[in-house]
Amino acid sequence: MFLLIEQLLNGLQFGLLLFLLAAGLTLVFGIMDFVNLAHGSLYMMGAYFAATFVGWTGSFVLGAILALAATLLLGIALEFVALRHLYGRDHLDQVLATFGLILFFNDMVRLIWGPAGLALPLPAWLTTPVQLLPGVYYPAYRLSIIVVALLVAALLYLVVMRTRIGMLIRAGASNREMIGALGINIKLLFTLVFGLGAALAGLAGLMQAPILTVQIGMGENILILAFVIIVIGGIGSIRGAFLAAIFVGLIDTLGRAFLPDLLRKVLSGAAASTAAPALSSMLIYLLMAIVLVVRPEGLFPAAKR
Amino acid sequence: MKTSFWLAGVTALALAQPAIAADTIKIGFVSTFSGPTAVIGNDMRNSFELALDHLGRKIDGKPVEVIYEDDQQKPDVGKQKTEKLVQSDKVDFIVGYIWSNVLLASLKTAVDSKTFLISANAGPSQLAGELCSPYVFSTSWQNDQTPQAMGTYMNQKGVKSVFLIGPNYAAGKDMLAGVKSTFKGQVVGEEYTVWPSQLDFSAELSKARNSKAEAIFVFYPGAAGVQFLNQYAQAGIKQQIPLYTAFTIDELSLPLQKENALGVPGAQQWVNDLPNEQNKKFVADYRKKYPGLRPTFYGAQSYDAANLINSAVVAVKGDLTKKDAMKAEMEKVNFKSVRGSYKYGNNHIPIQNFYLQDVVKDAEGQLALKTVATIVENDQDRFHDKCPMK
Repeated sequence: MFLLIEQLLNGLQFGLLLFLLAAGLTLVFGIMDFVNLAHGSLYMMGAYFAATFVGWTGSFVLGAILALAATLLLGIALEFVALRHLYGRDHLDQVLATFGLILFFNDMVRLIWGPAGLALPLPAWLTTPVQLLPGVYYPAYRLSIIVVALLVAALLYLVVMRTRIGMLIRAGASNREMIGALGINIKLLFTLVFGLGAALAGLAGLMQAPILTVQIGMGENILILAFVIIVIGGIGSIRGAFLAAIFVGLIDTLGRAFLPDLLRKVLSGAAASTAAPALSSMLIYLLMAIVLVVRPEGLFPAAKR
Repeated sequence: MKTSFWLAGVTALALAQPAIAADTIKIGFVSTFSGPTAVIGNDMRNSFELALDHLGRKIDGKPVEVIYEDDQQKPDVGKQKTEKLVQSDKVDFIVGYIWSNVLLASLKTAVDSKTFLISANAGPSQLAGELCSPYVFSTSWQNDQTPQAMGTYMNQKGVKSVFLIGPNYAAGKDMLAGVKSTFKGQVVGEEYTVWPSQLDFSAELSKARNSKAEAIFVFYPGAAGVQFLNQYAQAGIKQQIPLYTAFTIDELSLPLQKENALGVPGAQQWVNDLPNEQNKKFVADYRKKYPGLRPTFYGAQSYDAANLINSAVVAVKGDLTKKDAMKAEMEKVNFKSVRGSYKYGNNHIPIQNFYLQDVVKDAEGQLALKTVATIVENDQDRFHDKCPMK
């Protein structure tokens, strides 16, 4: 029972982290109709910035805030210099250009920070486990990821649903040409949305950094999951991304946690041990395939165009 | 009569010399030079280059050409690169291979072409058993040996139950099987994770904690070892269940693992402080040539590989067509290994000592690996009976 609670928390934590990454991606894809493969690079840059700034300032929180600001600025600069010129183009051109950006960022990081990767150590108050219930311990840091990500999700919800900017973003997601025709400065809106997406990716990267290491190419594997999430959730929908991310996080973690034991009841020990990790990593893609068959628009599509 | 005999001899020599002697010794080196594990490939290259420096950049008086190829940690790429080295570069030796799955994919290409392959790291059980070959030598170990030593050490410590975690590929399976073969207590759980993409071990750590095992054993080479140790410490399990490792803490991961690695034991056939002359020279010159870096066991094995090749070429006086004589020479281990002396078994896998290593603060105040004890002496892998070579 305690194990189940712990694994549910693990799944929730992973899902929320994925949400931060997917939220930016779904905004950019949904509103700007722009496929940004370099989103994973912004995630990586967030982690590298955090490792550097935490080293300089000696404070984890201060370093994280500086890193967040730096990723935001980097995102805006990237949009301004390169991506802006690609909006009108074909998706294939965008994929090609942003794939080039991945290579660019990887090599830039190699030049600046070296190939070996960095460590981002946690302050002592985040390294001890917290007792949630009698007998249920949970790492304080993973708990803080859950809290921060939930706060960000709530904030994002308020911004998108309750503010004028949010209204424009939603309008942009449903009909891009129309809000342009209504005299809204669409260029500025796009830059803003892209910067916001970059900051969210950076936040995901810097929060993941102490759990994993800060290394070149760290954003590439996780970006695939983020794409799966926006497809499941419905492109352009923050709510969809949120729910799909939590689904995916839970399925992935619970699959890894309980599938081996289930399989061992059917198969021999060795075969089960080998098949279980492969099968549990497939579950997410199975879910995506089923969603695509049943609801090709995703579970919670943004309003129809 | 006498003169003509002499003349004939000289002519024969003069004729024979250019035919047998190639002008350069060509060596292909397959390792990982891109991605998160590129640091391992770099260390192997650094050590191999240092060995060539120590040999005067020449083997048997001939210049050496090394062609480095990046396997990207992928079996299919490793196989392609091996094919390229054998078929178009026509190398005389192939060295390297960090990953067991990459080596297994590449093995047939090298063996079929009768090119000598020296594995400087990977030691899959198949290579020691049914896939052993006269053309393949290892300067490392068979995968099971190191964790077997760790299992023996856990017995010595009186550990009664263990939870095993490792990556789901050839070496991961060998490693966990290795511990199980020597550990006398109970194995309460065994988890395999997706390799190399899974970096978050929260689900496995939760299970390990709830299993109430007395010990956890892991095998996570490269960056994954850093991530595992981070998460193990953050989850507070370090205070509850002690960790035993194989190939998880080395000089590349230690600067990132930092205090998390303190007091975590590992088994190894080479440690930087082994007190033989060859090793002292290797470690000192490595640190001189590559400031800020320290050699690892990957490097030590690559250094030995260069010297093993040198011994074979010198023994046949540069006549690389004498494969049998070269094989016979390499079987003698006629060079000074940085791990101290070792022998080859019938399957060309070293019969060697395994040491217990611990993480301590060294004289310079930096974290370093230190030999604590010898766990097993002259250990031979448990698959040599399956190798048809006698």
